[in-house]
Amino acid sequence: MKFALMINQGPYTHQASDTAYHFACAVLKAGHELFRIFFYHDGVNNATRMTTPPQDDRHVTDRWSELASQHNLDLVVCVAAAQRRGILDQDEARRHGKDGDNLAPGFRISGLGQLIEAGIEADRFLVFGN
Amino acid sequence: MYVNRSAPHGTIYAHEGLEVVLVGAAFDQEVSMAFLGDGVFQLKKAQDTKAIGTKNFAGAYRALADYDVTQLYIEMESLEERGLTVEDLMPLTYEDEEDDDQEKSSITLIDRASLGQLFEAQDVIFNF
Repeated sequence: MKFALMINQGPYTHQASDTAYHFACAVLKAGHELFRIFFYHDGVNNATRMTTPPQDDRHVTDRWSELASQHNLDLVVCVAAAQRRGILDQDEARRHGKDGDNLAPGFRISGLGQLIEAGIEADRFLVFGN
Repeated sequence: MYVNRSAPHGTIYAHEGLEVVLVGAAFDQEVSMAFLGDGVFQLKKAQDTKAIGTKNFAGAYRALADYDVTQLYIEMESLEERGLTVEDLMPLTYEDEEDDDQEKSSITLIDRASLGQLFEAQDVIFNF
């Protein structure tokens, strides 16, 4: 079965991103396809590589990056939501004259069309966090 | 269907939700919107955000018809619980191309039970 996920809360304050991560692992373990994971609202904050939690805690961002690299996942961050919240890749940072970028490996920045497409393409579309 | 449950201001959900609707309109899908709970406030007439210094995006709801988003379902109980009637909402209309371009209201009042049935009939629900 083809799954797509949407994550709407940032890391640590809410459990939504953790739950989505565990769900994604279970989907892959069961042999299903993960078409896309879309980050919206404060969910875009999962995608900053500046995330630096204490060493005895899980690293929510790195965990997503590693899962993406292991399973060739498509982790998409909404460009408008990301820019509002200071999440930029190299191109966006240059375009807006910012002195740094912070998008974590395995994530890409794109538009809301990717979310709509995920809703259309997936057999099951699940939302984590409000 | 896009389900709107949040007040227009106070959180960003209504604003970023509307952005999804407008982008989604380009995908040639049959779409509708439902407004329930505090979401009914999104369509309130005469919104003014000057005092809170946030963006007033209420005008964008008037553009929905240009994007062929013309099925807006408002939950009756939610309106009544908040002391509102349909007269308190923006008069959102569209020109019905299949009916000699007659101007028709995009707004349909629907009771809670019927809205539940409408949810059942959807392929995909986006909830904001």
